[in-house]
Amino acid sequence: MSQTQQLDVDMVDPEPIRFLDVDGRYAPSSSASAFADELEGVGLDEFKQWYRAMFFTRAFDTEATHLQRQGQLALWAPSVGQEGCQVGLAHAAEPQDHLFPAYREHTVAHVRGVDFVSVAMLFRGFTHGGWDVTDPKSGNFHLYTLVLGSQSHHASGYALGQVLDAKRREGNTKLDPGEAGTETGEASMVFYGDGTSSQGDTSEAMVFAASYQTPTVFVVQNNQWAISVPVERQSRTPLYRRALGFGIRSVQIDGNDPLAAYAVGRKFLRLAREGKGPGYIEALTYRIGAHTTSDDPTRYRQQEELEEWQQRDPIKRLEAYLREQGVDDAYFDEVAKAADQEAKRVRDAVLAEPAPDADSMFAHVYSEEHPRIEEQRQWLDHYEASFETAEADGGAK
Amino acid sequence: MTVTTLQERTVLPMAKAINEGLRAAMAADDKVLLMGEDIGPLGGVFRVTDKLQADFGSARVLDTPLAESGIIGNAIGLALRGYRPVIEIQFDGFIFPGFNQIVAHLAKITNRHEGAISMPVVIRVPYGGHIGAVEHHQESPEAYFAHTPGLRVVAPSTPNDAYWMIQQAIQSNDPVLFFEPKAKYWMKGEVDPAAPAADLHQTRVARTGTDCTVVAYGAMVTMALQAAEVAESEGTSLEVVDLRSVSPIHYEPLLESVRKTGRLVVAQEASGNASVGSEIAAYVAEHAFYSLEAPVLRVSGYDVPFPPARLEGYFLPDADRILEAVDRTMHY
Repeated sequence: MSQTQQLDVDMVDPEPIRFLDVDGRYAPSSSASAFADELEGVGLDEFKQWYRAMFFTRAFDTEATHLQRQGQLALWAPSVGQEGCQVGLAHAAEPQDHLFPAYREHTVAHVRGVDFVSVAMLFRGFTHGGWDVTDPKSGNFHLYTLVLGSQSHHASGYALGQVLDAKRREGNTKLDPGEAGTETGEASMVFYGDGTSSQGDTSEAMVFAASYQTPTVFVVQNNQWAISVPVERQSRTPLYRRALGFGIRSVQIDGNDPLAAYAVGRKFLRLAREGKGPGYIEALTYRIGAHTTSDDPTRYRQQEELEEWQQRDPIKRLEAYLREQGVDDAYFDEVAKAADQEAKRVRDAVLAEPAPDADSMFAHVYSEEHPRIEEQRQWLDHYEASFETAEADGGAK
Repeated sequence: MTVTTLQERTVLPMAKAINEGLRAAMAADDKVLLMGEDIGPLGGVFRVTDKLQADFGSARVLDTPLAESGIIGNAIGLALRGYRPVIEIQFDGFIFPGFNQIVAHLAKITNRHEGAISMPVVIRVPYGGHIGAVEHHQESPEAYFAHTPGLRVVAPSTPNDAYWMIQQAIQSNDPVLFFEPKAKYWMKGEVDPAAPAADLHQTRVARTGTDCTVVAYGAMVTMALQAAEVAESEGTSLEVVDLRSVSPIHYEPLLESVRKTGRLVVAQEASGNASVGSEIAAYVAEHAFYSLEAPVLRVSGYDVPFPPARLEGYFLPDADRILEAVDRTMHY
């Protein structure tokens, strides 16, 4: 499956970084050796944990799709097929790192501690982001961003703050062009897709990250389609090559191999924290389902293409690997059962949540007092109360 | 770090007054940092940030890549991290590449986070005409931002206000669009670092009068005061109200003035359609209808793109156009 057309120049792309082949056998690609050390100390317990997170997310995804079909969610954006790179990258991050998602990073959200219920409430129309990013339980996982690519600036700006904090600690007042990066001990990671790579903000963010040598890792989940438009409409070169032009280290990985995502994420994040500048990871993956529940991929995608990618399903692949390592049915049965229970818990919690108060609409528009907002809040209170009075009067007649 | 800040009453041009205000805010809080194009060694194209990088270092006064969306988006990231970034947009017409970051994110992040995160970002925008510049360098885009919930929009009209309001804007936990009337950058006035400043969003009565109220902000306040001088010589007493803040607008003194004079003229450089002046006219009609002796009149730029500089004299309202409106309302 050729992802892009090659240009008539002498540049050969290395094989994408991969540790597990499509059948789940440990078979590193030639480009993977530079990252193999990163997997040292990662054992069966970790792989099982990753598998569980992927499986749970898929069960949640399926439940959310059902909820949308039943009219309980306004919209749903499934992540089915993309759990592999997400689980690897989420585990590659340290607790102090900050993660900036687009809107399909359900596995990352789950691994960082965000409750699926909070994710669903955004799509239910109850919140604009139902988790508190300042609560450590949310794992420094920022709110979903629907304006494509704009979060890449928030991630580079946040990372610039990480740099400035480190400089303040050292009493260093200089941030000059050409100077080496600053060791920060923490990093930021931003997620977006192949379609978003066309947005100017993603290019500008690379300019800022490279210029200030911020500890930012850009993650592009190239799922081959921007709603109905193939990646070929977004780029004539493999996307990772763009970052090289900004002076940012960049590689392409098999995005359905969680081991590759973990190893590369681990290394790039560490280099970033050490002050060695930003990184860029293009994860080749596939969005198995629709873009959102409003989309109909049968109008623009070939069945054969879908089936080919279904063969490379990250969950199946890791399952095969785990089975080869001797993990038996009992484990998989337990995960499936627990995932079902989790999906049911989410469903019940989503449906049980009372709708937000009308007052909440006014509550946080500003951090400080604002006369017009207060005036309008009071007006609405009064207006709503007038119906109750009218009802009470009607009842008395 | 020892930085000298303004200690006593001094006469300063507005650009220097803002510079002193920035210096005081940076000395008071080391989380305040400046970002923008050419604001370092050059001190900005209007020299408003003159010598600040020398005083505070390149990690506090950041010369950025030339990308407005990037400057504003990165400032949002810095604010998420606990900094208080003050951005310079080089000219009014160049704010639009950053519009998405301002209206889609900066304005909404506090709300989206249900109050857990505030966005103390200030965006300084040299705005308005009267300098004979080429296109995209003389615009008045304030209504776009006044229309957006979550933003605050202010415009000083005197050096003393500029000195104080920039510091108040930086202290605000909400995002503030700080419109600097570039025609007034070189206007001198007394700046008093000791006198207590009015609240950032408090209207100022710049001149008292009895026959008609003229409300303005930014550079138009000067035109309104000139008009009042002329009107007085002709026997008409104008009260001039300087809004200082165009979002939120502090209406009480304005309504009080209208109740006294019974007449209102709104003066602004921006095009009239769906503008700050339109909002004032509607609000005053809604709240002081029975006090009005005549319809509220708007004196504004025309609903055309800002014209080539040789035509700006026709486009920009001046004291004569304000007086023409005053005549109409007086003879209604």
